[in-house]
Amino acid sequence: MNDIIQDITTRFSVTDIINKRENLTFVTCRKENTISLITHLRDREKFTHLVLLTAVDWIEDNLFQLTYILNNPTKKIDIAIRTMIPRDNPVMESAHRLWEQVATYQRELKEMFGIEFPDSPRLNEPFILEGWNEIPPYRRDFDTKKYSTETYFPRIGRGTNDPEEYMKSKLYPNDPTK
Amino acid sequence: MDIINKLLFVLLGLFIILNFGLFMGVSMRKIVARVARRNGVPFYQPWLDLIKLYGTRDQISHGIMFYLGPVFRLSGGVGIFLFMPLIFGSQYFNNFSFAGDLVLILYFQFFGMLGMALGAGEGGHPYSAIGISRGLSQFTTIEVPMTLAVISLGIQYNTLSISEIVAAQQGGFQNWTVFTNPFATAAAMLSLLGAFGHSPFNLVKAPNEIPIGPPTEYHSTFLGVLQTNAAILHVIEAVLFMNLFFGGAVNWFELMLKSFLIYFWSVFVGVVFPRYRIEQSVQWFLKVPLLLGVIAIIIYM
Amino acid sequence: MSEDKNKNIQDINTPDDKFIHPENKPRTVISPEGEEIHIEPLRDYFLEKRPEVIQPKSDAVEKFLNWARAESIWVLGFGTGCGSIEIPPLMTPRFDAFRYGVQMRPTPRQSSAIIISGYLAIKTLKRVIRVYEQMPSPKYVLALGSCTINGGMYWDSYNTINRLDHYIPVDVYVAGCMPRPEALLAGFVQLKKKIKEGRAEGANEYAEKFDWYKGNQKKIINDWNMPDYNW
Repeated sequence: MNDIIQDITTRFSVTDIINKRENLTFVTCRKENTISLITHLRDREKFTHLVLLTAVDWIEDNLFQLTYILNNPTKKIDIAIRTMIPRDNPVMESAHRLWEQVATYQRELKEMFGIEFPDSPRLNEPFILEGWNEIPPYRRDFDTKKYSTETYFPRIGRGTNDPEEYMKSKLYPNDPTK
Repeated sequence: MDIINKLLFVLLGLFIILNFGLFMGVSMRKIVARVARRNGVPFYQPWLDLIKLYGTRDQISHGIMFYLGPVFRLSGGVGIFLFMPLIFGSQYFNNFSFAGDLVLILYFQFFGMLGMALGAGEGGHPYSAIGISRGLSQFTTIEVPMTLAVISLGIQYNTLSISEIVAAQQGGFQNWTVFTNPFATAAAMLSLLGAFGHSPFNLVKAPNEIPIGPPTEYHSTFLGVLQTNAAILHVIEAVLFMNLFFGGAVNWFELMLKSFLIYFWSVFVGVVFPRYRIEQSVQWFLKVPLLLGVIAIIIYM
Repeated sequence: MSEDKNKNIQDINTPDDKFIHPENKPRTVISPEGEEIHIEPLRDYFLEKRPEVIQPKSDAVEKFLNWARAESIWVLGFGTGCGSIEIPPLMTPRFDAFRYGVQMRPTPRQSSAIIISGYLAIKTLKRVIRVYEQMPSPKYVLALGSCTINGGMYWDSYNTINRLDHYIPVDVYVAGCMPRPEALLAGFVQLKKKIKEGRAEGANEYAEKFDWYKGNQKKIINDWNMPDYNW
């Protein structure tokens, strides 16, 4: 594992190397280098299996984080590659030529976060949301509760209880210290 | 006056056969349920289902053939009934049996199926079309051993009249075709498994295959007609086999007992064996049953 | 039927243009003979007719028919959400819903009841509406779980509805998250009681308040590319 990390550090100048477990390491890579790093890992280091591709919305830093987790089935080690892309113009190079199934992940990310992957097949077809008019729902500036209240006829009188407080008031009604 | 009398008795026979068919259907479901350790449906369920289907409020049409499909199917079932002698020696329950009725009955068996195919195709649902092509290919291969067995019987008894075949089997069970011509009986009884459409040959109409096959689009009264016909057809096919191979019946009790047992031959096989795919069942019918049918003919040549 | 009843209510809310596939957009084409033809591929096979209220027959007949309907409930094998896993056990020896005359049917044309078994995403709701409208009247709806009552644990989700009765008429609710098969059986007994009393007229209610139901449905289904009533 360590020699792989050293190798890719020199070749692709990855940063923020975090060893989560013995067999799982997170690295951060610049946007331009990411696809070539993944290609290198797949072809040279035999990380032949893509575990997942997901995104995180860092609204405070005005960034989207993409995470590719790759798995080496012979050595049984995982490597996760993080890359930051600007939130205002979220465009990322598509990886569907490396693994065909990435296209599905990218379709989902396009729908849920609005990240563009040029050339990715069937990117603009609806995945889960059919006929979605709003901003992509996984972006943190989308207020899902407000949207639900406005759209879906909330039933009046629906109450909520914090389970801990509720059980305290039920079990010890006269003892506020408990 | 004679013909009116005759018609009344035919209608009475049809009524008895229909109710007995519904009863046989529900007892089959009861037995399958008991094998699975369930209680199953109540005994009056098929009658209620029919009332409900005939009482459904709206119907959707897909054109004239869609109406005619169930009608053809029903006329196929009733047609077999009309030319089937029910009780041997009875002047009331011989229906319109005549010298060549066996050929006509074989024809009517296919007639209903074809009418159904036309009607279901008109429904426009792709599943109906797939179901029909499956059903027709399976039914064609079912007919082969069946026809061979019937030809063998024709050669053996030198007649194509069911009444005469029954008459030739009277005088003790050793005269039944099942003992005098066992190969033809075996071929026909194996093809009967397919004709009743229980497992292992129920792929065409099984609800958990592509939804329910040809009758996908049929609902309300159409489905009611189809279910009525299924009840009649099950009994009348069992009666056909009873007449051809098991010595016929001299009273209603004997008819019911024998057709019940013949029907349950297919139910018992169905409870034990899992379902065949269509190409498997086609191959199966073209192997052992076909061979038995050929042997039955060669013996009597 | 009067003229304005036949009026197509698609005008209430036409689907957003961007959700229609380019192949299905209405356009003018030129035939090989040089003739100009206006085509609307989406509407080609639509039967644009509203559902009608079908008045029950005379009292005694209707009572008899209702009794038969109640004792022979054919349920569509269609599951939505997590509750669909509660339906298969109904047919097993332990619960054996066949005793109550409840049978599963594979096609909407042959079934008289539908179980909405849990949360409904918008995508599923569209299919549910199609299926419900295809069932022949009289038809019954059994809503399973809290999600169909008030949204349940998905009450603030952007993609699941909160109240089922705003989109299709509901006959019986079974509360719980999830209700066990016993509760579902109790729901069936309740439904039978309701049918026998002649109060389960959901299909007629749907036809009466058709515009209201369609308005609610079209408010959330933006890519409306089916007939207004799926005969």
